[in-house]
Amino acid sequence: MSRMRRFLDSIEPQFHKGGRFEKYYAVYEMVDTFMYSPNNSTRTAPHVRDTIDLKRMMSYVVVALIPCIIWAWFNSGYQANLALAELGVARDDWRGGLLSMFGIGFNPSNPFANLVHGFLLFLPIYLTTLIVGGLWEVLFATVRNHEVNEGFLVTSMLFTLTLPPEMPLWMVAVGISFGVVIGKEVFGGTGKNFLNPALTGRAFLYFAYPAEISGDQVWVAVDGWSHATPLGLGETGGMAAIAESGLTWWQAFVGLMPGSLGETSTLAILIGMAFLLYTRIASWRIMLGVVIGVIATSLLFNLLASDARPMMAMPFYWHFVVGGLTFGLVFMATDPVSASMTNTGRLVFGILIGFMTVLIRAINPAFPEGIMLAILFANLFAPLIDYVVIQSNIRRRERRHVSA
Amino acid sequence: MANYFNLFISAVFVENLALAFFLGMCTFLAISKQVSAAFGLGVAVVFIQALTVPVNHLIYYYLLRDGALAWAGMPEVNLSFLGLICYIGVIAALVQILEMFLDKYVPALYNALGVYMPLITVNCAILGGTLFMVERDYNLGESITYGIGTGVGWALAITALAGIREKLKYSDIPAGLQGLGITFIATGLMSLGFMAFSGIQL
Repeated sequence: MSRMRRFLDSIEPQFHKGGRFEKYYAVYEMVDTFMYSPNNSTRTAPHVRDTIDLKRMMSYVVVALIPCIIWAWFNSGYQANLALAELGVARDDWRGGLLSMFGIGFNPSNPFANLVHGFLLFLPIYLTTLIVGGLWEVLFATVRNHEVNEGFLVTSMLFTLTLPPEMPLWMVAVGISFGVVIGKEVFGGTGKNFLNPALTGRAFLYFAYPAEISGDQVWVAVDGWSHATPLGLGETGGMAAIAESGLTWWQAFVGLMPGSLGETSTLAILIGMAFLLYTRIASWRIMLGVVIGVIATSLLFNLLASDARPMMAMPFYWHFVVGGLTFGLVFMATDPVSASMTNTGRLVFGILIGFMTVLIRAINPAFPEGIMLAILFANLFAPLIDYVVIQSNIRRRERRHVSA
Repeated sequence: MANYFNLFISAVFVENLALAFFLGMCTFLAISKQVSAAFGLGVAVVFIQALTVPVNHLIYYYLLRDGALAWAGMPEVNLSFLGLICYIGVIAALVQILEMFLDKYVPALYNALGVYMPLITVNCAILGGTLFMVERDYNLGESITYGIGTGVGWALAITALAGIREKLKYSDIPAGLQGLGITFIATGLMSLGFMAFSGIQL
């Protein structure tokens, strides 16, 4: 047995009932199960023999996010360095100090410089979500006697990746607090909520502080540099404006464009998606549903396109590479807690998301991006979809029974 | 035709009476424990709205508004101060008729709705629909569309809330928030989801 294990075992009695730190059992349990797989087994029915548990499932999602995270570092650094070079100014905050101190510099054609720069943009946001969200999580776990689980790591990572690179940190803290507390903990923790907590937090920020999370100013982490996302351009000028900005489909697919931290690269997301599908963590039915919904709706809108609503003319293969659609479809829509639970329901749920996303993008002038609100909207109807699926199944079997 | 379609869609989604205006909250929170009862109440509200809004429109247009009584030779009479009491009366009468109908033909739903069926009379969503109709000067066709639209929107919202509450039965909600508390939070989060439609101009 390792030294760590022995240490944990030696302090364990202190956390049991009657021990000195009885109140902090949740914290002990979190550290223990994070480092070692627990050996306790299920005591009551139903018994399912499977190696997969909540812990492994959530850890796999974090693993699947790695390509997106690395791309988030690279791209946010690259966009910032490009803007700095164009403006001809130096970065004068602590990030600039660190980058010059180690001689890394701000050259946009140096991938390593971009990576480090982006990492310095990413790190404070991620640490804030981790610390603030973690505090809430541990607080609730301690007071309410439930376990801290890895779902929280997924929530904080997803939340970070959906934010623009220079979000003020206190807003990040407010957003993750709302997401974790109102989106999840008031319902009793992971598995008991009905909305995706990361998206709840983001939607809260979106409506509370729109200036910091939408528009042209926020997507590149350099002050005074305005650069619209492709969706922002499409909203005003349609496909012509996107073509004019020099963005090609392949660039958008690889992810060399401004946007929220983790959403830009469809390629990196697809790698994560392959992993999730191979390990069967995420439901392929939901993903397929979203794809069907997006393609069908955008084809329909292409027929109805007019000059007043230029986004209606956007072809479906562009919808997938710009904005957060693919990120949402792979990592958010497939959240097993807030999505539909039945197989037919999952397909319907996905189609609803795809439909709503394109609808908001094309019809609603208030929001250029639709995936966040589309998923939240579909989350609301997920239990109802399940209800209808189950009821119709019951009716079908009753009929079969009667006729037999 | 497109005009009516847009009015209907906007009444259902963009200006959802329950989730954008928070009207009809008492019944909305009370009858949303079961999907079947919520759906039944939703259908009842659709019926009531589809009847009361056009009927109130006719009353307003031909009896109450300034100069409405010109057909009776009294063009200088303005009875619009009687609006509220007339609308409530119409709603109450129609609810009574619907109640008798349900009692006779759909007793299961009648029993499930219980005291909340007569309470639709004072449901602010119903009166709200009529008052919006007066304020926005809808004509008869628009009134019918708007009545059905607001009813469908309200029914959709309460059925979705009931689905969520059936799911929340398995949650572990803090003692202080159980019951109405968590339902208010759920309603707030639902209207966050319905913000997807805000800003759509039809």
